Amino acid sequence: MTTHWPLWEVFVRSRRGLSHTHAGSLHAPDAEMALRNARDLYTRRGEGVSLWVVPAAAVTASSPDEKDPFFEPAGDKAYRHPTFYAIPDGVKHL
Amino acid sequence: MTPADTARSTDAATAPRLTGEGAAAALMLGDDALILSHRLAEWTGHAPALEEDVALANISLDLLGQARTLFSFVGDEDELAYLREERAFRNIQLVEQPNGDFAQTIARQLCFSLAQELRWTAILDSADCPTPIRELAAKAVKETAYHRDHATEWTLRLGDGTEESHARMRRGMAVMWRHTGELFAPVPGLPLDDAALREQWLTALRAVLAEATLDLPEGPDADAWAAGGGREGVHTEPFGFLLAEMQHLHRSHPGATW
Repeated sequence: MTTHWPLWEVFVRSRRGLSHTHAGSLHAPDAEMALRNARDLYTRRGEGVSLWVVPAAAVTASSPDEKDPFFEPAGDKAYRHPTFYAIPDGVKHL
Repeated sequence: MTPADTARSTDAATAPRLTGEGAAAALMLGDDALILSHRLAEWTGHAPALEEDVALANISLDLLGQARTLFSFVGDEDELAYLREERAFRNIQLVEQPNGDFAQTIARQLCFSLAQELRWTAILDSADCPTPIRELAAKAVKETAYHRDHATEWTLRLGDGTEESHARMRRGMAVMWRHTGELFAPVPGLPLDDAALREQWLTALRAVLAEATLDLPEGPDADAWAAGGGREGVHTEPFGFLLAEMQHLHRSHPGATW
């Protein structure tokens, strides 16, 4: 590719009531074109009802080096999962 | 027979049929869509960026879908697309013009999709147009609105971009302008106010070009000998090469499927 278009992250809402989910990324010269490219790349099989595009440069990500201090402490704390409660019979969707 | 073949034969068997002027209209609109679809498909693998490759292929496929539906009103889709001679095609000469550079392709897209959107809308609003074509128009007008939007956005960026992109966009418009005279030539079977549509088209085109810091090209919008040509089966030289490529496989291996 000879162009140096910025990278955009694409979020698709698949149905009303659901949140936007990250679908992938693409290159585009500006936000308006990014939205159109996202429509062609990520919703052409009826995947979505709403699109967000976000400059990839605006995303602050956790670093792989920090993986252990960030995420490992949560690994052995099973009591944080709501598995120790008896669910009343009438509750179907918890 | 593959499932796709089965699906299509069923469609073809149940598709409404048009005769006389209705069939002529379906063929003209169908040929416009088919030939432009083929031109856009030539960009596949060659567009300036992967994202644009997909965008052009999507537009191409929308047009191919419109062509197939229109052909199904007239006869066998494969015979109509692959076995007609050059003089039997009724598309306007604009859609057969070579892609040139990206700006030239966008210029052709802008001229055509603006016109096609106006025509689909007018067909949808006119009870005198054949019902099957009006039913297609309901779906096609949304597709075409996107095509027009795509071409508009690119015209603005190229026209009001760099010195180089501005020069290319202006040249692309100048190349295509000579073939726009046919866009609103009356189509038999579609009793529309073509003169009014042409005025609306000019107004819309002028507005996009002005925002893109471009002018409407000067000079005639048709070669003296070519006015009305495509609708009568008279085509420009590049069309023969396009047809040879498009029809080669089917003519070499009749009935080939995969």
